[in-house]
Amino acid sequence: MNQSAQKENNFAVVSDQLASIREMIQTCIQCGTCTGSCPNAFAMDSTPRRLWRMVMMGQKDAIFQSKTFALCSDCYYCTLRCPRGLPLTEAMDALKQIAAKENLKPYKKSVRFYKSFVESVRRHGRVREMEFMTLYFFSMKDPFLPLNFTLLGMKLMSKGKVSVQVPSKGKRRLEPLFRKVEELEDRP
Amino acid sequence: MKYQYYPGCSLEGTALEYNISTQALMKAVDAELVEIDDWTCCGASAAEATSHLLSLALPARNLALAEKMDGLNDIMVPCSACYLNLKKVEQKIKKDADLLEKINDVLEEEKLNLHGKLRVRHLLDVVSNDIGPGKIKDLVKKPFTDLKIAPYYGCQCLRPYAVFDDPEDPRSMEPLIEAIGAKVYPWQMGGKCCGASHMNTTMEVGLELVHAILHSARGADAIVTVCPMCQMNLEAYQQKISKKYQEALSITILYLPQLLGLAIGLSEKDLRLDLNLAITKDFRKKLKEM
Repeated sequence: MNQSAQKENNFAVVSDQLASIREMIQTCIQCGTCTGSCPNAFAMDSTPRRLWRMVMMGQKDAIFQSKTFALCSDCYYCTLRCPRGLPLTEAMDALKQIAAKENLKPYKKSVRFYKSFVESVRRHGRVREMEFMTLYFFSMKDPFLPLNFTLLGMKLMSKGKVSVQVPSKGKRRLEPLFRKVEELEDRP
Repeated sequence: MKYQYYPGCSLEGTALEYNISTQALMKAVDAELVEIDDWTCCGASAAEATSHLLSLALPARNLALAEKMDGLNDIMVPCSACYLNLKKVEQKIKKDADLLEKINDVLEEEKLNLHGKLRVRHLLDVVSNDIGPGKIKDLVKKPFTDLKIAPYYGCQCLRPYAVFDDPEDPRSMEPLIEAIGAKVYPWQMGGKCCGASHMNTTMEVGLELVHAILHSARGADAIVTVCPMCQMNLEAYQQKISKKYQEALSITILYLPQLLGLAIGLSEKDLRLDLNLAITKDFRKKLKEM
């Protein structure tokens, strides 16, 4: 497949995934309780209420230019309070999943953070905190990023809570489980 | 009292003192913990951000392992993120047979099978309802009468599943704080969000949320937590936040089992207070004087 065909294909995939999210929130009455309850709304370009409207209208470009869903911290206030009982946090996560699957650029940081975590789990079964942060720093290719965490890392090391962990292959004990999940999710 | 125990990954690393103090407290109140054999990561909030099915399969694997241990129906989980992930599977498969089948399809790869027999319980649920403030009170060696404690619940042990507390106005820690003779510091931030992994991906936003919490706790002697993520966010960035917001915001942050453990006479060593990142000189002085 050439690049533009690939891109078009991805776009179709995203449309399908968006349709299932629209189903999750289709009875939204745009009351704004989600926005009023969101601890991160102050930092968002579009409020959660507006984001749900964009999902209902299928405005792919607007949705995936907005940082709104990436700023959801899974506090579940909106889910708790939504007068229609909609699974809003889950819908936010579903948007994050699209960003991760399609490696969408605006979400590079959070996508690589989550993927590094999951990769460490895939390799070792339990997450190795230092390995996962190392994988994250490497994937970001930003030499200044680790500096934000040097002081904390040193403090934790001096207390023996973490140790230097060079990323390793591990026993890949969860490999069959991960593979099966991928197989089932790719099935139409 | 006997429980299956799912410590979760953080409790083997950055939250080691939560693990050790939980086990010490449970031993002191004659509750037995049996760690789930061969447990693996629950997926935290990372799996959910990459794949929905994975975010259910990872906790389901641990529930299936736990079901193999006969006679123990409750799994105690100290980490709120692990708790919610395991709880989610417990709740979802009750209403969705197709989902259970799909999950079992994945677990079949490891010759595991999930039925949904077990109850997932947060440490705070177990301590406040099964052990109870009465038992703690009977064991108190030194009443902490001079301490004002701000209870911090965070999000995921409260929401979306309202199991043992009011998700809007949580109070379950208050009788426990009163049982050790301390005062509950009145504040509105107990169930607010610490920003979770924002500290790693969008630090400015994380700092803002944690600042609001630390700012509201001014006047308390300590904040008590029941989640490794909350604990880390509240204790590790105090200097940075104090500098950024031009405000002195150092405060002691303890895990609940550490606070209760101290009051019933367990030593700082038993509870690994040396591993905490924020214990102020004032707090240590007060502890000594009591």
